Amino acid sequence: MSVSVIRFGGSNCDRDTVAALSHLGIDGELVWHEDGLPAESSGVVFPGGFSYGDYLRAGAMAARSPIMETVRERAADGLPVLGICNGAQICCEAGLAPGAFTTNARARFQCEHVFLRVENAETPWTDDYERGDVIELPIAHGEGRFEIADNELAALESEGRILLRYCDAEGNVTEAANPNGSKDNVAGILGERPTVAVMMPHPERATLPDLRLTDGQGILRSFA
Amino acid sequence: MGRYTATVTVRLKHGVLDPEAETTRQALERLGFDVEALRSADRFEVDLEAASAEAAKAEAESMAERLLANPTIHDYDVEVSEAA
Repeated sequence: MSVSVIRFGGSNCDRDTVAALSHLGIDGELVWHEDGLPAESSGVVFPGGFSYGDYLRAGAMAARSPIMETVRERAADGLPVLGICNGAQICCEAGLAPGAFTTNARARFQCEHVFLRVENAETPWTDDYERGDVIELPIAHGEGRFEIADNELAALESEGRILLRYCDAEGNVTEAANPNGSKDNVAGILGERPTVAVMMPHPERATLPDLRLTDGQGILRSFA
Repeated sequence: MGRYTATVTVRLKHGVLDPEAETTRQALERLGFDVEALRSADRFEVDLEAASAEAAKAEAESMAERLLANPTIHDYDVEVSEAA
């Protein structure tokens, strides 16, 4: 039983993710997308990177690759699936989660640390935290602005499917703390099932103690 | 079967921010142009064979639905002409 970290041409956070999982005592395995999802897979991570060079739209090509059909079927059976950064873009493009991550409001690639407020701590991904906790994670994206229709956003909110919002160090959700213009400061959400999550910030870059920040451990630990 | 060219234009929905277009607009202003607003769009020209122009249009619409456009942020339209 191991967590499958799916690689496409252009994925570049795949090995970081395996290293971060390993630090938490979780077995992670790199899986080339053309090889298909192993039957014994205990979870799936779509890692960050630039699959297919972000052609057309970030994540658009990878989302139409054959492995996604298997992932959709297994996710419907409850297999945990986490999309990080480019992986989040892929999952939204594939319909595993609603909305879209598109060009940052400032039309720039942004690589920096952000603060995030935990909006719902009663999910498999956030139950190591308390609601209202402020965590610090890195972001590194050019297309991370969350867009969704107003009524769909309201539904996400009322169903408790908003996981993380960009905030300041004190936990205030403000426009100034929103790095990319995401609607309502949304940084991460649940998919159709609570076992599917997508997020632009990188928990795997904030897990190994050598990297100073370890606030991302709680999210990856959900695979344990 | 006839040969057709389907032109698929994919635009951001009204109200969706277009940072690249805004950056381009600002650059035009710096060059001295007076620009009230600027919108960008992607255009795909698809050569295909189909039984009729209607069938070619339906096929291109399916391409837009399934890949070329993202329904969360995009609208699209399709025009079909007989290939030269």
